[in-house]
Amino acid sequence: MDAFIQLDRVEKVFEVRKKAGFLKRERRQVRAVDSISFTVARGEMVGYIGPNGAGKSTTIKMLTGILTPSAGRLRVAGIDPSRERTRLAHRIGVVFGQRTTLWWDLPLIDSYKLMHRMYRIPDARYRDNLDRCVELLELGGLLDVPVRQLSLGQRMRGDIAAALLHEPEVLYLDEPTIGLDVISKAKVRGFLRELNDERGTTVLLTTHDLQDIEQLCSRVMVIDHGRLMYDGALAGLHEVGESERTLVVDLERELPPIDAAPAWVVRVEGPRQWLAFPAAESAAPLVARIAAEYPLVDLSVREPDIEAVIAKMYAGSAPGQAEKAVS
Amino acid sequence: MGERGRLAEGLRAYWLIAGMWVRSAMTYRTSFVVTMCGNGLMTAMDFVAILLMYAQIDSLGGWTLPEVAFLYGLSATSFGIADLVLGSMDVLGARIRDGSFDTLLVRPAPVLAQIGADRFAVRRLGRITQGGAVLGWALAAVDIDWTLPKVLLVPVMVVSGAAIFCSLFVAGAAFQILAQDASEVQNAFTYGGTTLLQYPPTVFGKDLVRGVTFMLPLAFVNWVPASYVLGRPYPLDLPEWAAFAPPLVAVACCAAAGLAWRAGLGAYRSTGS
Amino acid sequence: MGAGRLYVTVAAGGFRRYATYRAATAAGVFTNTVFGVILVYTYLALWDEKPHLGGYDQAQAVTYVWLGQCLYATLAIQGGGAEKDLMDRIRTGEIAVDLYRPADLQLWWLASDLGRSLFQLLGRGVVPFAFGALFFPMALPAGAGPWLACLVALLLAMVVSFAIRYLAALSVFWLLDGMGVSQAVMIAGVFFSGIVLPLNAFPGAFGDLVQVLPWAAQIQMPADVLMDEIDPWRAFAFQAAWAVVLLAAGRLLQSAATRRVVVQGG
Repeated sequence: MDAFIQLDRVEKVFEVRKKAGFLKRERRQVRAVDSISFTVARGEMVGYIGPNGAGKSTTIKMLTGILTPSAGRLRVAGIDPSRERTRLAHRIGVVFGQRTTLWWDLPLIDSYKLMHRMYRIPDARYRDNLDRCVELLELGGLLDVPVRQLSLGQRMRGDIAAALLHEPEVLYLDEPTIGLDVISKAKVRGFLRELNDERGTTVLLTTHDLQDIEQLCSRVMVIDHGRLMYDGALAGLHEVGESERTLVVDLERELPPIDAAPAWVVRVEGPRQWLAFPAAESAAPLVARIAAEYPLVDLSVREPDIEAVIAKMYAGSAPGQAEKAVS
Repeated sequence: MGERGRLAEGLRAYWLIAGMWVRSAMTYRTSFVVTMCGNGLMTAMDFVAILLMYAQIDSLGGWTLPEVAFLYGLSATSFGIADLVLGSMDVLGARIRDGSFDTLLVRPAPVLAQIGADRFAVRRLGRITQGGAVLGWALAAVDIDWTLPKVLLVPVMVVSGAAIFCSLFVAGAAFQILAQDASEVQNAFTYGGTTLLQYPPTVFGKDLVRGVTFMLPLAFVNWVPASYVLGRPYPLDLPEWAAFAPPLVAVACCAAAGLAWRAGLGAYRSTGS
Repeated sequence: MGAGRLYVTVAAGGFRRYATYRAATAAGVFTNTVFGVILVYTYLALWDEKPHLGGYDQAQAVTYVWLGQCLYATLAIQGGGAEKDLMDRIRTGEIAVDLYRPADLQLWWLASDLGRSLFQLLGRGVVPFAFGALFFPMALPAGAGPWLACLVALLLAMVVSFAIRYLAALSVFWLLDGMGVSQAVMIAGVFFSGIVLPLNAFPGAFGDLVQVLPWAAQIQMPADVLMDEIDPWRAFAFQAAWAVVLLAAGRLLQSAATRRVVVQGG
């Protein structure tokens, strides 16, 4: 296996000064990333998830060379990112979800022309890549529009294209679908899938949206308090986390609780009922059965959010820790 | 990549990014003209204050108006050039706070060049124009015994002075990496420095003059070399050759600022995860 | 009664907002101190050359410098107070929200700006002034009277300063871009407030003119009141008159602007 990204016991310690009184400051060390090791093979598509402040962004920043690890060994494409940041820059693409790198007052195409020259992309390759991005991300009509006039979803697509014009071998995405409407989300996901399938681009994305992971990533890593809590398939995560999805059922009238194992009713409110079922279970047969047996008006499936899954994971491993804390 | 290669890369990136800012500014054409005039007018205030003073006196600290105008013109022009080239570095703190500094770090171009070109604004030519006009008037009005070294020294002063002010901007930027909110500290040295140099050294306390000669060598922007050109005694009884030191001082300042920048960048820790 | 409390809360908010930027405040103190030192030396040389310029002696000129540095941020001489936020809100259209608030727009922003001023005075102004008093000979009054009178003059100066900037900010309703207006505020503020040179040291008829403009209410009046160079009641009357005129003009412009917003549908 070609280990494209390698982390070996990587740590990042920040020193923070906290206010402790009027002028006194206390120094404290915070381990944002605590001895993390993993490898990502070329062409993999990996979801990197965890609650806010878990160390996701810090990891991405070390992988891109923005931050220097406090300890451990880190290589991307054989390069030590923080030492050779500029050389690595040619081989990676980064999309920061909430801050655009596009030029606000200028037409979208101008930002791409800048990338063309800054990355010294050969003309023919630039044109090919641009055409491809324009087609797949549906940017055709937007190239001459000033960026400030684009919608959030259009801008995100524009940002993704900007990060790909130099054909990076790996693409880091930080919350690529945050704040987007359903259609924009679908477009972005479809594009990323295609990019990974056709070009073999390695993709590492952080997200709060489990659907991103479900639809894109064969592998997911969970980080919390700077530690890698889980590394494997998404289904496995649900098992480990014993997480549940929720089925919200609107019936024609008030009825006694629905009987549809393996789901169980957790709440009834007039004609609306909430049913929980294991996340690893498929929803389709369940939905079919309820639709056949009950007078159904509307129905929706709610995904467990990442926080809930991780909280459950913690609860699962908590007894041991709790004992330690007590003794 | 060698140092020369990096410099070439940096200049290229600076050129590209500055060009983008110019084009951005051009989308607000009227505002552009207004702010350019405003910029010139704003900086002219300093000189108007000097004129108001001289409306009531003949000399300040023993210096006549044309002589002070000579100091002013040199200081304002040098500072104007530095301000045009690197004047927006005080947005670095804000860029770090909002996280957009990170986006510069993943580009294949030296960060200093990218941040130097940030918010590049042609309207800053207003300051250079105004400083240059005063310098031109001073050169015509002042009574100088011109010799070849004196003639050559004038452009050398402007360029060296600009380099010294540039190094102040870079050092200030490095400081902002450590203290993002404190961008105003650098104003004390940059704007404060150019204001200080607009007045004759004889006006200021000896310790202050010593400080800006030996510690923060602003005196080499104009005080020392201009004293030579005007045939006045140097501040602090410096040796004769000190008037020709500005290029060396400028190189030393730039080297020190470069080291400070490297140290600052090394200490960069991004916004909290 | 209830309304009064509302504006006190708004003012407290303005105070707190600026109080959170500790490093920025410290940096500002440093910068004002450096500029104070530079100006003091030039003024000393100027008054050395021409004693009693503008009726001040050297100690008074020095006092004027440090009071100016003390009030530089307090009175937002270069701009950058509430008017900056107001301009942003007008440009982005968020101002429509403010117009539907059950509070008076002008009073709201005045309260917020006074809160800011008060913080800048305490956080940023006092230290440079104390530094000046410690290291340079100053003409400070012995009794409490002039200090109290100066505080009143300061409060009026804050109101006049706000009233000028409020007018400038409202112009963005028509101009749509605040850049040029901000620059005009800055240039006029720096020049006519007397931060570069005391207004009484301006020569001739021009000197007489600048002393009756509203900017004279900002640094010159509090300085003269502190150093007992003017009858305090005359100073208060001058400041109050400008405050009333400018605030009234602000209200007129405000109602015109409101009509405009309503017509355009927000």
